Amino acid sequence: MQVTSSVREPLVTGGKTYHDVTHDVSRQVEGKPSLAWFLAFLTAAGVLALGSIALIATLWEGIGMWGLNKTVGWAWDITNFVWWVGIGHAGTLISAVLLLFRQKWRTSINRAAEAMTIFAVICAAMFPVIHMGRPWLGAYWALPLPNTFGSLWVNFNSPLLWDVFAISTYFSVSLVFWYIGLIPDFATIRDRATGLRKTIYGALSFGWDGAAKTWMRYESVSLILAGLATPLVLSVHTIVSFDFATSVIPGWHTTIFPPYFVAGAIFSGFAMVLTLMIVTRKVFKLEDYITIGHIELMNIVIIVTGSIVGVAYITEFFIAWYSGVEPEFYAFYNRATGPYFWAYWTMMTCNVISPQLFWIKKIRTSIVATFALSIVVNIGMWFERFVIIVTSLHRDYLPSSWAMFYPTWADVGVYLFTFGLFFTLFFLFAKFFPVINMAEVKSVLKSSSEKVSK
Amino acid sequence: MERDTNFVLGVFDDEDVLLHAVEEVRASGVKIHEVYSPYPVHGLEHVLGYKRSRLPIAAFLFGMLGTSLALTMQFYMMRFDWPMIIGGKDYAAFPDFIPVTFEMTVLLAAFGMVGVFMISSNLKPWAQPRIFDVRSTDDKHIMAIDIANNSAMDLAKIEEILKSSGASEVNKKSFE
Repeated sequence: MQVTSSVREPLVTGGKTYHDVTHDVSRQVEGKPSLAWFLAFLTAAGVLALGSIALIATLWEGIGMWGLNKTVGWAWDITNFVWWVGIGHAGTLISAVLLLFRQKWRTSINRAAEAMTIFAVICAAMFPVIHMGRPWLGAYWALPLPNTFGSLWVNFNSPLLWDVFAISTYFSVSLVFWYIGLIPDFATIRDRATGLRKTIYGALSFGWDGAAKTWMRYESVSLILAGLATPLVLSVHTIVSFDFATSVIPGWHTTIFPPYFVAGAIFSGFAMVLTLMIVTRKVFKLEDYITIGHIELMNIVIIVTGSIVGVAYITEFFIAWYSGVEPEFYAFYNRATGPYFWAYWTMMTCNVISPQLFWIKKIRTSIVATFALSIVVNIGMWFERFVIIVTSLHRDYLPSSWAMFYPTWADVGVYLFTFGLFFTLFFLFAKFFPVINMAEVKSVLKSSSEKVSK
Repeated sequence: MERDTNFVLGVFDDEDVLLHAVEEVRASGVKIHEVYSPYPVHGLEHVLGYKRSRLPIAAFLFGMLGTSLALTMQFYMMRFDWPMIIGGKDYAAFPDFIPVTFEMTVLLAAFGMVGVFMISSNLKPWAQPRIFDVRSTDDKHIMAIDIANNSAMDLAKIEEILKSSGASEVNKKSFE
């Protein structure tokens, strides 16, 4: 009855039936965790514990623990913030934008990518909060609460405040979108379970019964949430870029920032999705669901966004020269040839040159090469933010104030803390939540798998 | 016989067979209580004759509420309650209020719509759903027919219709 294309590759390989999908995904949740999972989880938790020493020291002593000085007032903290937020963007792009474009291959990776978004945004949000110095008073500075500190209300003209609204909306809408998708899958696990697990997953599944009317509403909610999340994700990194673009610092004060930041965010986010999914599919034996086809498609997105980023780098350099504004051109010239030249050229190599290797089909369908390049891209994207932030600040209009930035152990430690936090949360998710959206994979199975459609 | 307690269940393996079966069963005059599926089946709501969901309207209204709340809040705080000159701008610097307005529109639209969805579909952590067949969250589509609601028709006849429309099993299920 259903027409199966002989040209298109199936989205799910291995001739899976509906029951196989349920079984393959649920068994990770139901079985005892493997030794590999325990080791990975303990490593992540260990990094979290070590990093928390630096975090506690920073909260106790203040941000004087960091390497900031009066010239370079933003460095690793904001670099890490922008880097983590950027990584988060891929999850929303996969689940919302690809849903609107009816890209069915998203169904096997959207769950884990959205989880990654949520955990990455948690890590990102930590940095501005700590950077307040006294985060316990932060609510008065960040939220419009009446207070007696003097200015009464927060400043709605400031992009830093827009960021508060953007990041918190992004986090909560992504969380809701993710959870709505999880409800039917929790019900599947509930109906397979007995005892305590049945009670827990029963509560998590919110009493889902799979009625046609509920599915109809669910589909409607998913579509509208996707429609809301798409402009939202673009607005978030646009507003993050406004933190820089609305200032008068040479190297920051450019109108190219919003699209360039959004492309960079998707670029680094897809790289992180690939890093995580290549490991997850191997450890959980999900090679039939996350196929080489998926990896290749994600690599194509990396070529596209990586090339946009490359063009943006060259454009801003050209405009800095063409504008005839001396400090602006100096900022860029100094980036490429000044004391931070190594950071600039690391960024150029990792972000502009390395993704071009994916034009070669052998490389973009190779798991080892993809894994290696996905890490290279994320290193490059961290350096992009470091270059934009530190090299623009360290030589300002007043040569007598020129300075260098040297990270302290607390800078490194707080960054490590977020890595520990991210991976601890991700491993917990991978063990206790269904890592693949079973219901959505089943809905695309028939048109894509030879056994079911015969 | 009491309503909503005794059901005949048609078990279907395939979504396309199910869609045709729903049409046939309804055409023969049997009233379907509900169909339970492990994944969204496209077109099922049409053959069951359900009206389009009005959730998008809820989302729009909540979004408008977010827009108006955000603009009111910002104009009240920045223009009326505590006016300050910031960066030489007007007190009511309208373009600067757009990002927060947009974010609050999205926030309220999303949360309002999801809240309405939860309430209308009775989704809550303590809800105890009636499970007609546990396989309906795994690999089977379950068509539930309320016997009391179809008292005009003979039970054997309903089972006959289900069988002939392609059900792989026909079961009975009673609730307390």
